[in-house]
Amino acid sequence: MTTTTPQMPTPQPVRPASSGLNERARKARKALSNPWASTLAIVIAIIWTVPTVGLLVTSFRPELDIRTSGWWTVFGDAFSGEGVFSLRNYETALFGSSTNMIDFFVNSFVVTLPAVFIPITIALLAAYGFAWIDFKGRDILFIAVFALQIVPIQITLVPLLSAYVDFNINGTFWTIWLSHSIFALPLAIFLLHNFMKDVPRSLVEAARVDGAGHVKIFFQVMLPLLTPAIAAFGIFQFLWVWNDLLVALVMGDLRTFPLTVRIAELAGSRGGDWHVLSAGAFISMVVPVIVFLALQRYFVRGMLAGAVKG
Amino acid sequence: MDWLKYAGDDPVHKLLLMLIAIVLFVVLMAIILFVVDRPRNPPRWFVGFGFTGIALLLLLAGLVYPALSTIWTSFLRRNSGDFVGLDNYVRAFTEPQFLIVLGNTALWVLVAPLVATFLGLVYAYLVDRSRFEKIAKGLVFLPMAISMVGASIIWKFVYEFKPQGVEQTGVLNQFMVWLGGEPQQWLLSRPLNTFLIMVVFVWIQTGFAMTLLSASIKAIPTDITEAARLDGVSGFGMFWRITIPSIRPALIVVLTTIAMTTLKTFDIVRTMTAGQFDTSIVALEFYDQGFRQNDAGMAAALAVLLFVIVVPVVVYNVRQQRKVEEIR
Repeated sequence: MTTTTPQMPTPQPVRPASSGLNERARKARKALSNPWASTLAIVIAIIWTVPTVGLLVTSFRPELDIRTSGWWTVFGDAFSGEGVFSLRNYETALFGSSTNMIDFFVNSFVVTLPAVFIPITIALLAAYGFAWIDFKGRDILFIAVFALQIVPIQITLVPLLSAYVDFNINGTFWTIWLSHSIFALPLAIFLLHNFMKDVPRSLVEAARVDGAGHVKIFFQVMLPLLTPAIAAFGIFQFLWVWNDLLVALVMGDLRTFPLTVRIAELAGSRGGDWHVLSAGAFISMVVPVIVFLALQRYFVRGMLAGAVKG
Repeated sequence: MDWLKYAGDDPVHKLLLMLIAIVLFVVLMAIILFVVDRPRNPPRWFVGFGFTGIALLLLLAGLVYPALSTIWTSFLRRNSGDFVGLDNYVRAFTEPQFLIVLGNTALWVLVAPLVATFLGLVYAYLVDRSRFEKIAKGLVFLPMAISMVGASIIWKFVYEFKPQGVEQTGVLNQFMVWLGGEPQQWLLSRPLNTFLIMVVFVWIQTGFAMTLLSASIKAIPTDITEAARLDGVSGFGMFWRITIPSIRPALIVVLTTIAMTTLKTFDIVRTMTAGQFDTSIVALEFYDQGFRQNDAGMAAALAVLLFVIVVPVVVYNVRQQRKVEEIR
């Protein structure tokens, strides 16, 4: 999403017109009747799903079973009426004294919400400024912001961290919120700017004739129209922050570490403890997967706008 | 003040702090907008700065300045502050340890985006307009929501090794056994381990490629496909001569975007092998040098190298877009 130029073409998904329905049915029949194509598609889908299913099944198995037999054997055992599932691992992962993930779960939340809310707000204002306020140096500044998308965040981490140490705010949530906000800005401004540019000029001008200033136009004309775009970027940012490891590791400490850090640690120190590891992995996935599934539509739309439309 | 700074272990305190941060921020924004809106005929730069100011200041302080500072640090020895010119870069290109890292990174950038894009393309084409399109796409797309750490754990389990004769618990080794082979310690030998770690990345990114490419496949005008069909093009010829050329711009965007993600990704390698067994890549080595070996100079040099590798990728992308524009 980070490499596009502003002049990209816009492939609009063409909706099959009325004649398209027949076309569609014909194609569907054709696709289904081509056994090789369907087989290949199914094989890929299975390969994509089996690893997750394997770990998910494992997360519900007793520790001893996990160590002595493959997860695929449960289907046979369950069929023959043996009790093979339990919630034990989740209990251990969440509340066990050496693993307790509840704290890290809270940290993930505390890290993520402001790190989504703050950059979106800042980017909305900036995008409006770049799209609709005609001030000097605007184009150059916008190109600069656009170009900043290609700076790998690694290049900024060490100096940022030492600045935080100088200000004596390192290891707090504040630095993590600030860092995530900064890193999100170039892409956020770029995407939201593109959406704002698409708002018809006549709408804005009509509001201006009515005596609305920029602030009023921003709130009453732009924001309502931009809700889908905001949702799209919001999900992006949510997934990115919730799933982030690098910033969390570098900027945080034990008091701020989110789930990802905890899981990565478990994978390192207790690599063979699949009962804790599998349950832990799924605990860390629950929230992003729910958000993702619920808002998939917006997410895809945002992705298409960012990467194909530009 | 400490109450506002550190939340300690108290979850309620943490959540309160979170609320305070958001409220403080909203107040700050309100003040800025109020000030901008106040004057009757404000100069344009004033309004412009009101809207874009915070973003520009943050970017200047949080991206531009640190980036420049890192470039400077990359010419210094360790944390001593002595200027050593290109020494760190020379080390990166001569010491065997770093050569392996650079080689692996090259492999990653070349192979992972190509495989992910290819698979995404093939899959998008195969399930396009089929009856099960929605669910089929969902299955491949879902890994996008999983963290790279979580994905690595899922795959570590697939590669799990038990000695021969003992019942296997990793799927891959079970398959080896079923096929009459011996179970392998998959992540121990180079270069196979690097490719197996890449699988995790491909597994995540294919859904991204598929979604974008699927949209552009759907955007191919029907008259083109119809005309080709009348000319007797079908099956593979259709895919190769019609679909691929029609979605070329999207293909390039997808390839470059994934390539850039590849360069910056470090979680997967860190979780799978922690960079052992010759699997490290620049993004991970940066972390090791900077935060474990305490060699700020070397870490900076690696970060700059990351940036240098990104630039050509981006330039190529922009060029291609220009060309597309010219044809239009």
